[in-house]
Amino acid sequence: MTVLLSRRQMLAASGLVVAFSLTSRSVAQLSGGGEGGPGPEIVAPDLPGSLKSHPVLDAWIRIDRKGHATIFTGKAELGQGIASALWQVASEELDLSLAQVEIVTADSGRTPDEGLTAGSHSMQDGGTAIANAAANVRMLLTRAAAARWGVGVKTVDTNGKGSVIAADGRKLSYGVLAAGLNLHVAAIKDAPRRDPARYRTMAHDVPRFDIPAKLTGGEAFVQDMRLPGMLHARVVRGPSFGTELKEADFDAAARMPGVVKIVRDGSFAAVVARTQWQAIAALRFLQEAPWARSAPPLPSLGVAETLMALPAHDIVVLDTHDQVAPAQRRVVARYSRPWLSHGSIGPSCSVTLFKDGELTIWSHSQGIFDVQRSVAQLVGLPAEKVRCIHTQGSGCYGQNGADDVSADAGLIAVAMPGVPIKLQWMREQEFGWEPLGPAMVSELTGILGADGKIVAWKHDVWSNPHNNRPTDAAGYVAGQEITKPYPVPVGKPIPMPEGDGDRNSNPLYALPNMQVLYHFLPQMPLRVSALRSLGAHLNIFSIESMFDELAHACGQDPLAFRLAHMEDPRARAVMIEATTRFGWSKRVRGNGRRGTGMAFARYKNIGAYCAIAMEVEIERETGVVTVRRVQAAVDAGQPASPDGIRNQVEGGIVQSLSWTTRESVTFEPSHRTSFDWSAYPISRFSDVPGEIDVHVLPQSGMPFLGAGETAQGPTAAAFANAIADATGVRLREMPLTPDKLKSALGPI
Amino acid sequence: MGDCTTCHTAGPATPFAGGNPLATPFGTLFSTNITPDVKSGIGNWSAEAFRRAMRDGVSRNGKHLYPALPYEHFTHVTDGDLDALYAFFMTRRAVSTVQPANALYPPLGFRPLLAGWKMLFLHKGVWQPTPARSEQWNRGQYLVEGLGHCGGCHTPRNLLGGEKRSQAYDGGLAEGWVAPAISARSPAARAWTADRLYVYLRTGIDMNHAAAAGPMGPVAHNLARAPDADVRAIAVYVASLMASSPGATVLSAPSIDRSTLAAREFPAGAALFAGGCSGCHGPGAPMMQQGRPALSLGSPLHEDDPRDTIQIILQGLQPPVGAPGPYMPALADNFTDVQVGAIAAYVRACYTDKPGWTNLPKAVAKARKEGNQP
Amino acid sequence: MTLTLTVNGRNYAIEAAPTTPLLYVLRDDLSLNAAKYGCGLGQCGACTVQVDGKAVFSCLTPIAALEGRAIRTVEGLGSAEKPSPLQAAFATEQAAQCGYCTAGMIMRAQALLDTTPHPSEAEIRTHMDTNLCRCGTHMRILRAIHRAAGSTPESGA
Repeated sequence: MTVLLSRRQMLAASGLVVAFSLTSRSVAQLSGGGEGGPGPEIVAPDLPGSLKSHPVLDAWIRIDRKGHATIFTGKAELGQGIASALWQVASEELDLSLAQVEIVTADSGRTPDEGLTAGSHSMQDGGTAIANAAANVRMLLTRAAAARWGVGVKTVDTNGKGSVIAADGRKLSYGVLAAGLNLHVAAIKDAPRRDPARYRTMAHDVPRFDIPAKLTGGEAFVQDMRLPGMLHARVVRGPSFGTELKEADFDAAARMPGVVKIVRDGSFAAVVARTQWQAIAALRFLQEAPWARSAPPLPSLGVAETLMALPAHDIVVLDTHDQVAPAQRRVVARYSRPWLSHGSIGPSCSVTLFKDGELTIWSHSQGIFDVQRSVAQLVGLPAEKVRCIHTQGSGCYGQNGADDVSADAGLIAVAMPGVPIKLQWMREQEFGWEPLGPAMVSELTGILGADGKIVAWKHDVWSNPHNNRPTDAAGYVAGQEITKPYPVPVGKPIPMPEGDGDRNSNPLYALPNMQVLYHFLPQMPLRVSALRSLGAHLNIFSIESMFDELAHACGQDPLAFRLAHMEDPRARAVMIEATTRFGWSKRVRGNGRRGTGMAFARYKNIGAYCAIAMEVEIERETGVVTVRRVQAAVDAGQPASPDGIRNQVEGGIVQSLSWTTRESVTFEPSHRTSFDWSAYPISRFSDVPGEIDVHVLPQSGMPFLGAGETAQGPTAAAFANAIADATGVRLREMPLTPDKLKSALGPI
Repeated sequence: MGDCTTCHTAGPATPFAGGNPLATPFGTLFSTNITPDVKSGIGNWSAEAFRRAMRDGVSRNGKHLYPALPYEHFTHVTDGDLDALYAFFMTRRAVSTVQPANALYPPLGFRPLLAGWKMLFLHKGVWQPTPARSEQWNRGQYLVEGLGHCGGCHTPRNLLGGEKRSQAYDGGLAEGWVAPAISARSPAARAWTADRLYVYLRTGIDMNHAAAAGPMGPVAHNLARAPDADVRAIAVYVASLMASSPGATVLSAPSIDRSTLAAREFPAGAALFAGGCSGCHGPGAPMMQQGRPALSLGSPLHEDDPRDTIQIILQGLQPPVGAPGPYMPALADNFTDVQVGAIAAYVRACYTDKPGWTNLPKAVAKARKEGNQP
Repeated sequence: MTLTLTVNGRNYAIEAAPTTPLLYVLRDDLSLNAAKYGCGLGQCGACTVQVDGKAVFSCLTPIAALEGRAIRTVEGLGSAEKPSPLQAAFATEQAAQCGYCTAGMIMRAQALLDTTPHPSEAEIRTHMDTNLCRCGTHMRILRAIHRAAGSTPESGA
């Protein structure tokens, strides 16, 4: 659904900035969803996906003499299964068996620069590029075969096993054909795609190729790399961002067993030792030194009080005016969420080697092309002398410590030429120094007319920038620590339709008289950056909670109320699918103990559609809420790997429930106090739902839509709606803890 | 306040429905269902019957109750509070259960023996205030002596299992743990002021002492939800009990750390500590950077009995369900009895100036049994 | 100093400080990838291995404690070509997203199946509480453990 502003104003003097909501899909597809920097230059705007920036086929696909294909993608495997999904896409459109296809992921020395792997853009940009590039290559192969046989190209086909076949049975292998084929040509826009009805690999559940190693101790992560002569490093800092160690005794540390070097540059410091345990011992010794705060104090007030007091640049997201029925009821509510940690299970790690004037960085950053350029700047090398190769780490869910650890490791490597360095951040360093998911607060007003439909809608949201991914040396912690520090970068909002703090603040529903305002807060009390779904978690929580509050206010069924306001047929379809499978019409109605709730979102209004229905059981004695079952329906366009989508959505539901029910970064004015899992608990096996079912709609032939972040917002809202259904209590300040519910329930 | 749920709730789905095993020196008892279920709970109990159970240790059907229900403390509770408790329990969700059979060593299963026990050890009488003392102190005493039943763990018991009133709060045993003295005999190196006790009882940890461990953990989890004024009152009263202990005037003494000496004496323990414990407890560890208390400040290392040090190594510490809080992993499977003993010997030498414990491996084996671990 | 460790049925002479936690010896001296560094504090379970049949955190077990004791890691259960029933179940259920927690999960689950071949859903959940997964793969891990035990998950925690 497209949204147009009804008027535009440029009031630079008053600081009011108007955002243009653009209708053109192609401009909307900024790489990585607008996060990070501007992304690779567009040279072929008419081509689909990332082909816009890399139109030449052999940047994406090479075919060897055996007819085996190597695919080059600029996207990175983060554990979300994208490498396997792209493998399926390539195999399908080339019409090769999976065993004949190999995929190389993001490597600044080998693959196209597709910007970040973020924003749920990998299938939309990367998948689309590979599908089309592969279709182009298959087209060229069939044409070459047809030419050799002197037959019409429409009379030949491919056999799914690496050969082109003629109607009369003649066969030519891809290997033979490719030898005479020039793939150093630009793709064309409309190369024929394979018919979904004949799909051999796409839309099938294919086991991921990276999982077997992870089950059996194979080499799978950057932490598993072992290079000859490699040394182990630990970076030395205070307990959290904005603190510094004072008078650490580096001379004594340098004499500790196994310590090879102490690397220092300004206040940046790292120990390098022969074994990990020796490096850790030296780190712990240095951390006995006292520490002090070197930045302004952390907030002492609550989320809303803190955010609403910060200077704001207001951005109008929506401002529409329509004639409607007179207002009859209004519901006003404020919603919020605290700062959240990415909580990666594996603290960030990087391997680097500076040899013969060239720096190689093995990194699990989502933006290895930015790492290449930015770390080059940090260490004073030309970008061509730096190569960054994506190597898996643990799940990151946004910008965790992965970028900083690569920068830190780059500095160390350059100080020790010829020596491979493995730098491992410690658990407390990951919690203390990584950028956090920003706290956010929203205030919504929904106004109903006499006919039970919404006649006016207002949504104000306050947030720091979510897009602080380093695009040059200044973006790293080390950038401010080195002797010649870079100034702290100024945070900028991501323009709509992607948005950051305002992501998904523009409802997909057809609502009249909408006023949506983003109070962009450039001053960041805590270090923040992108966390999975960015502003969508809080904005969808707000919208979908308000929808239920409005439905309740006029006695309507939450599903019926939503359908009455939703025109988008695919949105309606997932809502109906999820609730039907859930058994919505026969659901437990709030009886004080059990309740049900639903919610919907289309991620960014351009990604995948997701509807969720949830049943909970409340133990009033303790306020503990058990999620008994969850039913989700997802429309991600043509699924490459349906199981991959299910896995991501299930995971998103579990993760969002953890955020929503118990997570909150804690701090005192001087430092972060959530430094380990005891101080920042996340859901454990006893806490996860009884059942989760995710149904993926089989939207054959439709464009890919990104599904990795689609569940975060609806899960939070469905949970709050189910609690309200069960108990009549409406909780709005995340985390929605047992204590908050118990207080709200009052004495029983 | 009375910690009813700690014994009477077996799992989060069945509050107050009993079935929780309680290991005692006399065998294992299972707590009863005190929800208003008529057949398996107390649904057909009158207020009078409830009061009789709490004050006299007699069930509705006339049988004597085992003093696992600490009625020798609850006997001091006022009528008003007992009636409030009754009203509370009768408005809980009724849960139907099957009561597991107790497994007491014979002949202790013979309830009429309890009549004799009560004659010796049940001193009835509703609590009376001491006029010379403040209202807050009196409130504290009422809670501690009555529902709080702190003496149930913190007062030594004789062979018959009755509390030794002449040694009130001089320390006791519970489920394989030592409940330290909270009297003039408190071993705490630094003072337990009322403020520090309040923080400890509320949050489960005090920075001048240690975290609430073993059976004390659930007490702190419950007191986190109790009315603020009541927790303060308890803190005031208990601080007064410890007013003449050796550490009572010591607000901040330097903590003891004799790691070089201790490593020389106990090299095996030192090595195990370095690899297994220093990640949290060693100097420069993240927990220590956050200001958590040094090991020398907690009472377990200062007790003559190594039990608590051993149990905490074996069992660790659990935070409240789903909430942040002090946590320590259970190391029972990582280390053998000899190894746990070596660690205990090392930390005793490193963090205190007390004489070493003896027969540690045997103490560890015993602790595993008493704490119900494999 | 040289210590002898028995890992997956073989003896190894290890030249590392006796205070070194087993995790680092497994990864760096023996090049075994499965056990992972997640916290080093005994809170997340990514480092879980088995010692004498019990699941333990290798990040907190110094090798000084391990002479003469049987250490088992994921590599000792099976390989990609010949996975153990539990590893095969994880593969069938695709019970991994990033996969960083997976090896620890497998060792922890195997310890349960070794003593309780047919655990209930509640038993599995309680037993697995020591191990964290941030990607939210819990449902698949539970299904994989049930599959290996020959049972089906019941709904409800």
